Amino acid sequence: MGLTAIEKVLARTSGKDVVRPGDIAVCRPDMVVQADLFFSVAGSWHRPKKIFDADRVVQLFDHAVPAPSIKDAAGMVEARRFAKEFKLKNTFDVGVHGISHVIAAEHRLARPGELLVCSDSHTCASGAFNCAGRGVGLTDLLQALTKGLVWYPVSPTIRYEIKGSSLPPVVSGKDVFFHIAHTYGAHTAHSVEFGGEGLRALDMSARRTISTMCAELGAEFAMFECDDITMEFMKNAPKGAPTRPIVPANPDKDADYADVRTVDLADVEPYVILPHSVPKNGARLSVFDRKVPINQAFVGSCANGQIEDLRVVAKVLKGRKVAADVRFIITPGSQAIYLQAAREGLLETIVEAGAVVTNSTCGACYGGHMGLVGPGEVCITASTRNFKGRMGSSEAEIYMGSPATVAASAVAGIITDPRTLWR
Amino acid sequence: MAEKLELTHTGRVWKFGDQINTDLIMPAWSFRLTEVERNKAAFGAIRPGWADLVKPGDIIIGGQNFGLGSGRPIGSVLRGCGIVGLAAESINGLALRNCVNFSLPGIDCPGISAAFEEGDIARIDYISGTVENVTRGKTLKGKPLEKLLAEIVLAGGVIPMLVREGYIESEPTEAGSE
Repeated sequence: MGLTAIEKVLARTSGKDVVRPGDIAVCRPDMVVQADLFFSVAGSWHRPKKIFDADRVVQLFDHAVPAPSIKDAAGMVEARRFAKEFKLKNTFDVGVHGISHVIAAEHRLARPGELLVCSDSHTCASGAFNCAGRGVGLTDLLQALTKGLVWYPVSPTIRYEIKGSSLPPVVSGKDVFFHIAHTYGAHTAHSVEFGGEGLRALDMSARRTISTMCAELGAEFAMFECDDITMEFMKNAPKGAPTRPIVPANPDKDADYADVRTVDLADVEPYVILPHSVPKNGARLSVFDRKVPINQAFVGSCANGQIEDLRVVAKVLKGRKVAADVRFIITPGSQAIYLQAAREGLLETIVEAGAVVTNSTCGACYGGHMGLVGPGEVCITASTRNFKGRMGSSEAEIYMGSPATVAASAVAGIITDPRTLWR
Repeated sequence: MAEKLELTHTGRVWKFGDQINTDLIMPAWSFRLTEVERNKAAFGAIRPGWADLVKPGDIIIGGQNFGLGSGRPIGSVLRGCGIVGLAAESINGLALRNCVNFSLPGIDCPGISAAFEEGDIARIDYISGTVENVTRGKTLKGKPLEKLLAEIVLAGGVIPMLVREGYIESEPTEAGSE
């Protein structure tokens, strides 16, 4: 019996020929990424006396930047001290910052066939690049960056065979994910693999959104097969990116899956996800007949703070105004995306429409330091998560949609099918 | 480490439903508080005042996908509240790491929600995977805790292990307070 893509990475990094569901793989990470949160949560950070490899430990700031409190600022002072002490090769301080998974993508730190460790639950984002990543905790991260060791239970894998030659108009990668979440529900204690001829219709942006969102299914790892689109993306590496040879991890033909499910892209429509969870909690907008007025709309996060998402927002907003009584917040995923959006004139379109563009940070997605929602308010968001209290008050309601759906809703003032405003 | 591991708890049960997420256990607004204040915020959105009612040695019985969500250190919060053990219909993978790493063991045990009322006494044997409702005289078979994970729990969690092995300083470095 062959191996899935994820099993191949776990086998290689744990020094085994084979790992099987039920095993615990004790692995050596290829890359370890840590962010600011570690330093601001009291009692979490114990100064390392040694680290496993200064070229493979990345220090960046994303959850709360620039520092919104003295505590956060002090945490960053300590983070910079740490990075200097151990002469870390890759540091992304304020100015060249971005959300960890976006930085890992832009700087090609998430690489095909490799294992990336990061203490953020959306680390499955790296699966878009055929790189195994699964959110771990702060203590796991401390262990990974000192000992170069991280353990994972090997989980059974569900494979999605993607079919179809293109996405229907206005339908995005986010809707593909919603379609899977709505159709199949939670994937607790399972990993997810995406493959099939339809992958060609999913660009890297769509793959990144889908892979990132798998955390909301309770999945362990998420992983796309490595294809020409992946390798093309890896070719355009910026200076300083790792140069070791790329060894993709594609599944064996006789790999053992818990289930194989086919998703036909032609069947996917824009969805809305209802408060306060994602699995089996959505509706196709074509049959969603409730009038839901909104107070806030948000597009951002590791899932939807990409340049492609900002382009969609600007396309919907062009020549229109955000509805009265609606706040529309857009947060680019990184400084590089912010700059690109400025160059393309997207920021001008967005601000002209009465929306707010913020500095790149996790920001409103996790309700930590800005763009929070108040009691009784309704928000529609193209970000990662809609738990009760996630984006501020636990008395608020968070709906989820694609960037197009969120932008259309911001214009209409109620949750809206973006196809009605598309042109 | 001893060949034969032993890891059991007997304690009073707090019962929670399905899909209990990390943000309910440790809301983002509590990140910058002291550990004591942060622990007080646990479950505040759905059970205000819960942290004041918990006694050291209590146990949580959860539903499906307990602890889904983010990588925040929920094990530290639950431990800090006095919770010593966890059994649920299913425990989210990241949540289990974040509990075990803080020496808070947990096991999956299908059928457990129906077998317990809040306040019952539970006896959990994590190594064999059995959960007994001492109050009602009923025993369920769950999934044993993996040996490596049980060893982390018995060692007091990852931080003490790394301290003993000389990888990190023994005391945390605190960011400045406001």
